[in-house]
Amino acid sequence: MGSYVLRRVLQMIPVFFGTTLLIFLMVYTLPGDPVTALFGEKAADPAVVASIKHQYYLDQPVWKQYLHYMGNLFQGDFGTSFTGRPVSDIMANAFPVTIRLALLAFVFELVLGLALGLVSGLRRGSIQDTLVLVLTLVVISIPVFVLAYIAQTIFATNLGWVTPTVQDSRDLSQLILPAIVLGSLSLAYVARLTRTSIGENLRADYIRTAVAKGLPRRTIVSRHLLRNSLIPVVTFLGTDLGALMGGAIVTEGIFNVQGVGNVLYRAINQKEGPTVVGIVTVLVIVYLVASLLVDLLYAVLDPRIRYA
Amino acid sequence: MADLTNSSRSRGGEPRTDAVEVIGGGRENLVPGTPLLEVDDLHVEFVTRDGVAKAVNGVSYSVSAGETLAVLGESGSGKSVTAQAIMGILDMPPGRITAGRILYRGEDLLTMGSRARRAVRGQKIAMIFQDALSALNPVLSVGYQLGEMFQVHHGVSRKEAREKAVELMDRVRIPAARQRVGDYPHQFSGGMRQRIMIAMALSLEPDLIIADEPTTALDVTVQAQVMDLLAELQHEFHMGLILITHDLGVVADVADTIAVMYAGRIVETAPVRELYARPAHPYTRGLLDSIPRLDQKGQNLHAIKGLPPSLLRIPQGCAFNPRCDRVQDRCLTELPPLVPVVAADGAELPGRRSACHFWRETLDG
Repeated sequence: MGSYVLRRVLQMIPVFFGTTLLIFLMVYTLPGDPVTALFGEKAADPAVVASIKHQYYLDQPVWKQYLHYMGNLFQGDFGTSFTGRPVSDIMANAFPVTIRLALLAFVFELVLGLALGLVSGLRRGSIQDTLVLVLTLVVISIPVFVLAYIAQTIFATNLGWVTPTVQDSRDLSQLILPAIVLGSLSLAYVARLTRTSIGENLRADYIRTAVAKGLPRRTIVSRHLLRNSLIPVVTFLGTDLGALMGGAIVTEGIFNVQGVGNVLYRAINQKEGPTVVGIVTVLVIVYLVASLLVDLLYAVLDPRIRYA
Repeated sequence: MADLTNSSRSRGGEPRTDAVEVIGGGRENLVPGTPLLEVDDLHVEFVTRDGVAKAVNGVSYSVSAGETLAVLGESGSGKSVTAQAIMGILDMPPGRITAGRILYRGEDLLTMGSRARRAVRGQKIAMIFQDALSALNPVLSVGYQLGEMFQVHHGVSRKEAREKAVELMDRVRIPAARQRVGDYPHQFSGGMRQRIMIAMALSLEPDLIIADEPTTALDVTVQAQVMDLLAELQHEFHMGLILITHDLGVVADVADTIAVMYAGRIVETAPVRELYARPAHPYTRGLLDSIPRLDQKGQNLHAIKGLPPSLLRIPQGCAFNPRCDRVQDRCLTELPPLVPVVAADGAELPGRRSACHFWRETLDG
């Protein structure tokens, strides 16, 4: 087990270098000059442009820039954005918001998704089952921004329960609606995945054994059925936690949540290399750690899986 | 599963353990000679896309305490479906019981309430399945799965249940039971897994055990060990045993009575030795002839020609008629009833019945 974890952590190193390099190259090969863009309509003074470029290392070849960046990164310095704010400072503001939003969405999809999947899986062909199937299909086929605007219209404009956009991104209660929108697609997948898995396991021989043992239905479902059925769902949930953190750009934009997605979107628009690379690097690490945790959780759920 | 979907509504504030009064009581209350279990004219069919498959068509048999009944037949003969109907683990739908009764100590299991039925399952009638690897839950330790019987039915603590599990594993002679009680099914060999299944069935000392092909998935040497163990424990606890198999070799040593099934019907019943010596149905004869024998080395095996009929289209008359080498016109139209077989001198042969129009000729060879 220990050596397995060590191996997985070591594998993260090349992935880490590969993704950072890729993002770095992508940002710096984007057309347009970020420094000139800072001046907007005004004609830029070539001397000032050159000095800013020098300050941000932009007058160097790309490979030198990358080495310089990585060198700083390993000293804990994520660089400075063009506005002069340290990138680490920007992230320290944005990540807590996004983590809250992602966790809210995660709990929402986990609890409701599993519950809906369980109900429809246990009663295949029933009205509840059909309802879950239709609803999840609708959610899956509607783009998230449409869903976001519908939610805004209903809950903010018509019902007046919430403000259309988030006023204070630190306020958890204001994040509920964006979290529901963010988690709804995954919720649909979780519900369907659970339903299929429950349905399959319900026909398994060991469930027949459990019935033949004279166990009450509650014990059969909670002890014998659920744990076996959850194995594929856990895989999805684990990778989804990473996706929720990075994939909130649209939702955060619509609801004006000042999280990672919003910052990232702005940074890409302004070709702020350090900010983009910094945020993506952290997201990559989150992703890698989440998938490692999923694999370890696997072994907990299924004793047939052992890591050596 | 049948029970999972049917009993879902009656689940209010149910107590954790079974407070339901179990009918019958101890084995000693049973009047000698009265059957423990009686299957009476059971009909089971399955609704499939292609039509209605008639899996069981009027099966009747009975088992007494201490008796071993072997139910013999090819796959699709209805032997397992009958057992599943007794246990109440038929998949309904698509299955449905269209007629018949299943009496346990005189009470019809089919009309019983779901809670009373559950109290019989596992406690009074237990089942051993063919493939222990898939029949045991892969993610729960064998100790838990064994102890669960005591936790649920007797309400003992988790710790006590574990002790009971160790005892049971000892009893079915699993080496180092105390060390292995926390192991998972996949960590055991096939024979050991089947012992665990047997231990699970025996745990609450039921009146009756139904063993559905308990040794089919095992090596021949292990088969013998498992069968011996089963027979020994059955004797010790004076249980009734229904042994479902397609293997004539397994049956010979342990069974008292044999019921041969074909296309959802019993075609012959007889005490085991008489059935082997003088079968009274061409199908039984065919089965016996198809056993390879050392003293006939070099000769062709007598295989029964053709295949078992589709349960969607069971032949008119005697279901065996397309494969029978003694077939007459009468067999094509008239369904032979299961009638008592008597010796040539008119003496009764107790327990012998055959569903062949020409049992007399068959008996004579």
